[in-house]
This record gives sequence, structure tokens and C-alpha cells, in this order.
Amino acid sequence: MTTVAKKSLNPVPIKERMKIARQAMPEQPAEARAHNFEEVNLGYSAELAQQEAQRCLECAKPTCMDSCPVGVDVKAFVELIVAGKFLEAAAKIREANVLPAITGRVCPQEDQCEGKCLLSKKVKPLGIGYLERFVADYEQRLGTHVLPKIAPTGKKVAVVGSGPSGLTVAGDLIQKGHQVRVFEALHEIGGVLVYGIPEFRLPKQIVREQIDYMREMGVEFETDVVVGRTVTVDELMEEEGYDAVYIGTGAGLPQFMNIPGEHLNGVYSANEFLTRINLMKAYKFPVYDEPMLDLRGKDVAVIGGGNTALDAIRSALRLGARKAYVLYRRSEAEMPARAEEAHHARQEGIDFQMLTAPVKFVSDDKGWLTAARCVRMELGEPDASGRRRPVPKAGSEFDLPLSVAVIAIGTSANPIVQSTTPGLGTNKRGYIEASEETQRTTRKGVFAGGDIVTGSATVILAMGAGRRAANSIHEYLTTGQW
Amino acid sequence: MCHLAPRERELFKIIHAEFLAPGIKRFVIEAPRIARRQKPGQFVILRIYEEGERIPVTIENSDPEKGTINIVVQAAGKTTNLLNSLGTGDSILDVVGPLGKPSEIRNYGTVVVVGGGVGTAMAYPTASALKRAGNRVISIVGARNRELVILEKEMRGVSDALLLTTDDGSYADKGFVTDKLRQLIENGTRIDLVVAVGPIVMMKAVSEMTRKENIHTIVSLNPIMIDGTGMCGGCRVLIDGKSEFACVDGPEFDAHKVDFSVLVQRNGMYRDAEQRSMAEFMAKKNTQDHPEDGHACAGASGDRQGAQR
Repeated sequence: MTTVAKKSLNPVPIKERMKIARQAMPEQPAEARAHNFEEVNLGYSAELAQQEAQRCLECAKPTCMDSCPVGVDVKAFVELIVAGKFLEAAAKIREANVLPAITGRVCPQEDQCEGKCLLSKKVKPLGIGYLERFVADYEQRLGTHVLPKIAPTGKKVAVVGSGPSGLTVAGDLIQKGHQVRVFEALHEIGGVLVYGIPEFRLPKQIVREQIDYMREMGVEFETDVVVGRTVTVDELMEEEGYDAVYIGTGAGLPQFMNIPGEHLNGVYSANEFLTRINLMKAYKFPVYDEPMLDLRGKDVAVIGGGNTALDAIRSALRLGARKAYVLYRRSEAEMPARAEEAHHARQEGIDFQMLTAPVKFVSDDKGWLTAARCVRMELGEPDASGRRRPVPKAGSEFDLPLSVAVIAIGTSANPIVQSTTPGLGTNKRGYIEASEETQRTTRKGVFAGGDIVTGSATVILAMGAGRRAANSIHEYLTTGQW
Repeated sequence: MCHLAPRERELFKIIHAEFLAPGIKRFVIEAPRIARRQKPGQFVILRIYEEGERIPVTIENSDPEKGTINIVVQAAGKTTNLLNSLGTGDSILDVVGPLGKPSEIRNYGTVVVVGGGVGTAMAYPTASALKRAGNRVISIVGARNRELVILEKEMRGVSDALLLTTDDGSYADKGFVTDKLRQLIENGTRIDLVVAVGPIVMMKAVSEMTRKENIHTIVSLNPIMIDGTGMCGGCRVLIDGKSEFACVDGPEFDAHKVDFSVLVQRNGMYRDAEQRSMAEFMAKKNTQDHPEDGHACAGASGDRQGAQR
């Protein structure tokens, strides 16, 4: 028997495809966007999307999906875009990814699908993230979702935390016929997607739409519930009749540097700074009641080099900061932030001070921050992380005048669920122990994933854990085997 | 499958509301989950309406059977004034809790429970639990004047002795709670623990007094908070030179390790914004009350967080 290769729908011959330039993402001009919270990237038109999709080499063994934490069938959905079947393309993505409009915006594609794209060996990789975003937005604009029909299993699952991993678990399990209720500590659904990532990178309307879609599928949500305080995991299982519980409570407590002056007025954690802006809309004060310090004409610095750091400092710029610095103790090459974000930030006028670390915050006599005493670093031998260790340069101390400093150096485990759930194993750093394959914890019927297991990571890695957990919860609920 | 979005935001209904004193109101709120789990020393965070801020509020009592909690609120800034304008039958958009670690209740021997102003509402459930645990409870309650003395009957009911003071002498003895505490110490009363809840200056004064006497002392701190789950770190307080989060590590701390000046300084971080909010709120209120003359009311106190003490 001979296998006949499926005929390509792509009108462009393979050899010609590499000659098509990667279609640039239309974006708001840097000068304009530095002063507003509108989205930076404007999204592909249908025409741009199809032109970009035509660059796909349709590899016989595509490597792009190997590195996708949720396993999106990239080749298939791109082919559907080439054919102009945008809704089908969206449905194809949704088979693996319940939040495509979000991942299309915030995934580090350069390290995942696009990083593995064959095109990237010679030219720029296929714009997979941009294409994902395009079809998700297209579907949303049309407002026509195809709701899957499923027979109910009669099993109940409680999901703790409504961030990316919890939403993924909920979206996957509802499609397998289980009853799902998501508990959220804050007053809004979405976790880090609503309190952490700013409007200009992920509009809250997009998050709401994705959540509304999950509601349509039958997922229930309950806000204002701090599991561990308002109700315990044991109560959920024993008294409220949940057959399984998924814990996706996120990264948790912000870390500080333990240097003098961290209690001064004007020193924020990135979580607090971003929560005031994104969740509480403090930038709309006094229409909204939650206040924040007025940044207009002030000098602001963020300490750290991750995406959270860039989100914070770009927000500060939009709130009128005169100078907006990133202080990072290593060099640009080690910065964990996405290259695209760093590029956007630089275009907007953010001042990157690499190899620089504060050693002390200085204040006036009323306790208000006036400067960060900084030291310049140089890179020494590689440390445990494989990155070259920054070493302070002798005699390099200087004072950087500042009114506001935002500390974005990471988080540590939030202990609330762990400390109120007997028998739930944790590691040395307080994160929940869970199997990497099944996301099972040491407690029967209890699963965990996302940052509360791994420590701070990305939206898509949390979603990947959610996906594995959903499969494993489904297996547990159908077989009863632990 | 039902395609109607489930009603996920049950409003928190006010079953009953009454003034305990001018500007100090007690609300009985339907919050069955919180009522079931509330323990002395814990608090809730609430948000009244969509544009509202989140503020921590004292839980005075709860009734797990009826599914209600009692909160006590003193009007100081915009949010607390707005809250105190609500009454029976109104609703609050968000109430989350019970937050914070509960008070450590056991038999210490003799415990002095000090409640200053509206802090008495938070001290009351702790005093009550300490009494039930077999302690001899001596309560000291202080207020600015006669009208502002709250929960006298309730405190008396759970105390072996109740000592009352008012700053101006308009009721009971003139003076401060620390005067009563000093008398107890000078009389040679054996004190195994002091629990003090009230304005920062009061807690600091109590702490300084008991430090000299080496009496273990617990205070309940009231920094500015947002989420109340440890996520934002805004409520960090300096304890023994180290950062701790009042919402998850507290709100109760060993008084002798607390840096009160940092707490005072950080609670003043938004004073300008608070005063502006309050002034605009009062101006609007006056316009509504007197539509003809639309001038703003001056005497705005913006001490939003101080609201609760």
C-alpha cells in the first residue's frame, strides 16, 4: 500500500516560502503608547495572517509542537488559516488550549514553538503566537463558539485559584463532563491575568471574554473565597462533596532583598504595584477609590529583569514617570524577560541599567524614599543556575535619585493552603509536592500545579501543568485508582 | 447542560445595622462561609462597590448557626463613611475572610485585655475566648469620651474585672488605658499576658510599659492591605528587624518586637489621596443634602486605615 501525501492547500511553492518576510505585528507607535494603557500590539488582519501562515513549511515531522507545554497542533491550525478557515483553526487550537487569546499574547513563543520552527534556522521563524492570537480574536469578534456536547459524569471537582492553570483545568474537565467550580480569593476571576499582567500587554476584556466562554461551557466560579481560610480542602471534599481538588494558587508572597530601607514610603513590591494598577484601577483615582502614589514627573526604578519587572516599569512610564529605570544585577543576556518586551520597553524610553544592584534605600527624615544607593557589578564565574555570578565592583557605589522603587525579584510559596491541609507534602521551599507527570500530590484526590508547585514561571507552563492535571484527574475520577 | 452563567457573586446582605456610638456602627452581615470559620483575632477585607477600595475590617462576633458575622466600623475616610451610610437590607459587594491567624487561645493564668476605641471590638472576641479557656481576664477599655465607649456590657460579661477610662473624664475614670495598666502593675497584680488592640499610639504605650516589666504582650496591627492573602506585601511590618506580612503572619505580633514607627510612617503613605477622596465625598454628600448650595465641606479626615481603630 502506498501512502499518498495530503495535498497542500498552500498556493506558495515550498522553495518560495522562505522568501516571504515575516509579517510584522502592527503596533501602536512607541511615543503614543508610552502614555496610554491601550494594547501595544494591534493584531494581524486576515490578510496579514494568511500571508504569514503561507510561510509555514508544513514539515513532515513538525518540531514546533514538541515544545508547546499544552501540545497545540500548530501545523494543523496554520494550515486552516492558509485555507481561510479561521473558526476551524480556533477550534483546532482549543482542543489543546482553552485560553488561546491569552497565550497568543503572553507566551514566550521564541523559547517554545517559534524557537523550534525549522524556518528559524535560515530566516525568522513563523509568527505562531501572532497567528494564534489572530484566530482567537477572530472567533471572539464573531462571537460564535461551538459548544461541545458532553454527557455529565456526576463527578465534582473543586479548582482552587482562577489563574492560568486553574482555568485550564476547569476548561478541560468541563469538556470531559465533570462538574467544576473554581474558587478565587480575590473579587475578580483570572488570577495573575487580571492582577499582574497590565492592560497594554493583555487587555482585561480579553480575559473576561475567555472566562465568559468557560461560563457558557458550564464552569462555575465563586469569588471571595480564600481556600485554607474561608473553607479548607478537607471541608470541600468531606462536606461539600468534591471528588477531587486541584490547587493552583499561584506564586504567592513577594520576595524582598533584605537591604536597609525596604519599609520606606515609596518602596513597593511588584505585586502590590501591579495589583493597585491592574486589579484596583488605582491609576483611575479618584474615580476608583484605591490610591497609589502619584508618579507624574517622578523618577521610578524597578529592580529585577523578568517580565514582571518590565510590566511594572512600563506601567510607571504610562503613569507619567519622568525617568523609568530597570536595575538588573546581571547583563542583558541573562535577563529572563521576553526579548519582545525588552525591545518594546526600550522603544518606549525605559532606561536599562544593567549590572546594577541597590544595596540600600535612602530617605528623607519623614520616611519617604529619595534614592537608591547602587553598586555596579561585573560577571564572575557561573553559579548554580549556570549564569555568570554578578560580583560587586569595589568603589562603584552611587546614589540614583528616586521617588518610587518597585522590587520585582521573584516570589516565595504562599503557605495558606499547605498549612491548613494535613498530609499535603511540600518541599524545602514550601511549594507543594506534585508528580511531574500526573500533578498528583501526597493527598489522595488532591492535585496541584502551576507556580505553587514550580515557583514563579510562565502562564503557559502553568497551563501545561493544568492540562496534565486535568487528564490525570479525569483518569482518577473514571477509574477510582490512586 | 445549563448555559446560564451561574450567579457567582452572591452579595453580602446586611441583616441588621446599628450605631454603637457616634460614627461607630455594627453590621450583621450574611456570610455563612466566614461565620463558620471565624476565630478571635481574625478580620475580613471588604469592598463596597465596583470602584471601591479593599479595606480590612474587624470581626466582632459571628453566628455559625445563622451564618452571620458582626463587623464594627468607625467612620474616618471615604470608604468607612460610605459603609456607615448603609443600613439593614443593603448589601456589600465583597466580603472575604476570615483572614489572619487566629489569636492563640490557651490558659495563660491572668490576662489583661486592653481595648482602645473601636479596637475594643477586636479585643472582645479574644477576651471572650480567653475567659472560656479558663483565664482570669481583666479588661481595660478606653475611649475619648462617654459617647465613644463601646461594648461595655459585652466586655463586662467576659471579664473578671472591667476597668474603664475616658480621655476627658466624661465617663468612668479620666485618663488613659495605660494609667489603669500601671495601677495593676503597681498593685502587684500577677499578669501573665497582655493583649492590646487599639490606636497605634496606645499599643506602643502599652508595649513600652510592659517591656520594662517583662510581661509578654500581644498587639494586633492594622497596616494598609489590599488582598489579605500575602500576595501583595503591602502590609509588611518590621518585626524584630525582619519583614513580616500582617495579613498572613499576623495581625497579632509580640508587641516588644514591633517597630511601631515604621507602621505609623507606612500608614501615612496615602494621606494626600485619602484626604482628597474624603473631601470630594463630603462635597458630593453636601450637594446631595443641600442641593442649593454646592460648597465643599472642609473638615475631612482622611485617615482611612486608622478608620478601624
